[in-house]
Amino acid sequence: MEAFTTLTGIAAPMPKANVDTDQIIPARFLKSISRTGFGKNLFANFRFREDGSENPDFVLNQEPYRKAEILIAFENFGCGSSREHAPWALLDFGIRCVIAPDFADIFHNNSFKNGVLPVKLPREVCAQLMEDAKMGGNARITVDLERQVVVRPSGEEIPFQIDPLRRHLLLNGLDDIGQTMQHAPAIDGFEAKQRAAQPWLYGA
Amino acid sequence: MSAQKPRTLFDKIWDAHVVETLPDGTALLYIDLHLTHEVTTPQAFDGLRAAGRKVRRPDATLAVIDHNIATDASRYTGIVDPESRLQVETLEKNVAEFGVPFIPLLDARQGIVHVIGPELGRSLPGMTIVCGDSHTSTHGAMGALAFGIGTSEVEHVLATQTLLQKPAKNMRVAVEGNLAVGCSAKDVTLAIIGKIGTAGGTGHVIEYAGDAIRGLDMAGRMTLCNMSIEGGARAGMVAPDQTTFDYIARTPNGPKGEALDRAIEWWRTLPTDAGAHFDRIVTLAAHEIAPQVTWGTSPEDVLPITAAVPDPEAVEDEARREQFRRKMQYMGLTPGQRLQDLPLDVVFIGSCTNSRIEDIRVAASIARGRKVAEGVRALVVPGSGLVKKQAEAEGLDRILQEAGFEWREAGCSMCLGMNPDKLTPGQRSASTSNRNFEGRQGPGGRTHLVSPATAAASAIAGHLADVRDYQPKDAH
Repeated sequence: MEAFTTLTGIAAPMPKANVDTDQIIPARFLKSISRTGFGKNLFANFRFREDGSENPDFVLNQEPYRKAEILIAFENFGCGSSREHAPWALLDFGIRCVIAPDFADIFHNNSFKNGVLPVKLPREVCAQLMEDAKMGGNARITVDLERQVVVRPSGEEIPFQIDPLRRHLLLNGLDDIGQTMQHAPAIDGFEAKQRAAQPWLYGA
Repeated sequence: MSAQKPRTLFDKIWDAHVVETLPDGTALLYIDLHLTHEVTTPQAFDGLRAAGRKVRRPDATLAVIDHNIATDASRYTGIVDPESRLQVETLEKNVAEFGVPFIPLLDARQGIVHVIGPELGRSLPGMTIVCGDSHTSTHGAMGALAFGIGTSEVEHVLATQTLLQKPAKNMRVAVEGNLAVGCSAKDVTLAIIGKIGTAGGTGHVIEYAGDAIRGLDMAGRMTLCNMSIEGGARAGMVAPDQTTFDYIARTPNGPKGEALDRAIEWWRTLPTDAGAHFDRIVTLAAHEIAPQVTWGTSPEDVLPITAAVPDPEAVEDEARREQFRRKMQYMGLTPGQRLQDLPLDVVFIGSCTNSRIEDIRVAASIARGRKVAEGVRALVVPGSGLVKKQAEAEGLDRILQEAGFEWREAGCSMCLGMNPDKLTPGQRSASTSNRNFEGRQGPGGRTHLVSPATAAASAIAGHLADVRDYQPKDAH
C-alpha cells in the first residue's frame, strides 16, 4: 500500500448524500480477479450514456475534474455493498481522498486498507469545500494527514479527527497482516482455550 | 465472585472473542466462521500466495459460488460469460490450492452464502461470523455477531483467523405487539429503516427485541437482520431462544447429541442481561406497521402501500430537494400518484433477504388458483438447492408455475445485476431483495422493495398491490 502523507489537488464536487458503492462501481464490473483497472468504470452509470459515450453533465467528465484527486460529498458516503472494488476504483481513477460528513462503516474500513483517506467534517464545512471545489483548477485543496488539517484555497486550515492507529498505518503505508502475525502465540492460546470449552466450533 | 456489569448480547460475544487488546483500544477479534464466495476473494488469495501464507483454519472456512451464475438450465452446460467463468474457476482453483471446504455449483447444497450458512447448521449462536459481503448481517438471526468485510480483511482472516476491530456501540430496536395481517419481517425491517434512515445505525450493532421479534420464525429473523446494513448498522442480532435451538437441531451439520446440549447450555447465557446499557433505543408498535413499499432509490424512501408518491418541492434544503427530484425522475414518478397505480414489468422473489422456504410458501399461497398478469415477468429464485428441493417436495413449484411464475435454480439472481438476470433500462420491478439503488438490478432499472407476499400479489395484479386484497384461496 502506498503511504499517504500530504495531498494537494483538484477536488471534484459531488453534492449528494448516500453515494452507494453500486454507484461507485456497479456490480457488473466486479468480475475482474485483479485489484487494478476498475478506474475506467468508476461511477460508470453516471459517466457513460447507454450507447457508451461520455455524459458531459457528469462532474468527472469535465475539466479539470478529470484529474481530480479529492472528492467532496455529503452524508453516508460509501453505503451499501462491502465491495472493496469501490476504493480500488477511486484509487485507480486517481482519487486518494474523500471528504464527507460521515461514511458507511465498511467503506470507511476498506479505504484505509488501500491508502484512500476518508476525512469526516461537519456538513457546513463540506458545503464550503463544495463551493471551493466548484472553482476547479483555481482552487486546489490540500489534505495534510501528518498535521491532520484540510487547507482551503483561501489558506484557512480546518482540523480533522482520525483514529491514531489508522493514521500511523496510512502515514507509513503498512500492511496489517504482518503486524497481526506477531500476535500468533496469543492466537494459538485463544484457540486452545476455545477448543476445550466449545469443541463444536472445531474440525467441521 | 465479583458482580459483573450487566452486558448486552453483543458485549458477551465480543468479550468472548477478544484475543488481545492493543494499546489504543483496538481489539484483535477471533473469527469462528469465515464464509467466502467468488466475487470478493480472488485478490485475497492472490495476496496470500504472494506472501507465502496459508489459510490458518480451513475447517472454519467455507466457500460457495452464488453471485455470478445463471439461474436457468444453462448452468448445467457451463458459464457463458468469460469473465464470470474466470472468476468461478479462480475460486475453484484457490479452494483446491489452499484446502478450503467448497460447495461446487452443481452440488445439491449450493446456494446463496447467507442462506446456506444457517441452513447447514454452520452459523451458530455466540459465533463471530464474517464474509466479504455486507449482507453477512443475516447470520445475526442465529444470535451470532456477523458482519461484512472487504477483501483486505478477507485476506487478514484467511491468514490469521482474526480481525482488528474497534468495539461497536449497542443499539436496541424493539418491536412490540402483534404484526397486522399481511405484514411480515420484511415490512418490519423496511419500517425500521424508514424510521431511523440509512445511516441511523452507523457505528452500532442492532439487537432486535420485543414480542413481535420473539414471535418471528428463523427465516423472518434472517430477513430482519439481513437488512440491518441498509439501516447503516454493521450487524443485527436476535438473542437465541428455543426457536433458534429447535432450528439448529434440524440442520444437517449443526452439533448433535451431547455436543448440542453442551452448546445450548452456553447459548442460554448469551441474551442481554437486565439493566445492560444501550447507546440508542428505538421502539416501534407492530400493529402500526402496514405492508411497506419503497418509492425512491434508497431503502429509507419507504411508505405504506396505501400511500401516494411524495412531493420533492416540500423539501427545504436545496441540495436535498435536487436529489429528491433526481430520484423522482429516475424512478419515473409524479408527485401524488398512488403507489398502487404503478404498473410492473418484472417481479423478483428471491435474494439473501427473502428466498427461504417460508418465503416461497407465502408466495405460493397467494399464487395458488391465480394467474400472473399479462405482460409481467415473475421469477421465483430459491435461495439454495435444499430450499428448491423442499419446495418441490411440497408441490410449491407446480403451484407457482401454474400461476405463471418462472421457477429457477438457486443464486443471487436479479438482486444485483452481475449475472444474466437483470432489468433492462426503464423496467419497473417489485423485488423482495434489499437494495433499490440506481442501477442495482441493471442499468436504468427501477426497483420497488417489498415483502414476498406483496411481490406475489403485485405479480397477479400487474401493479404494486396491497396484499390484504389478495388473501390465500382455499386449497380445495
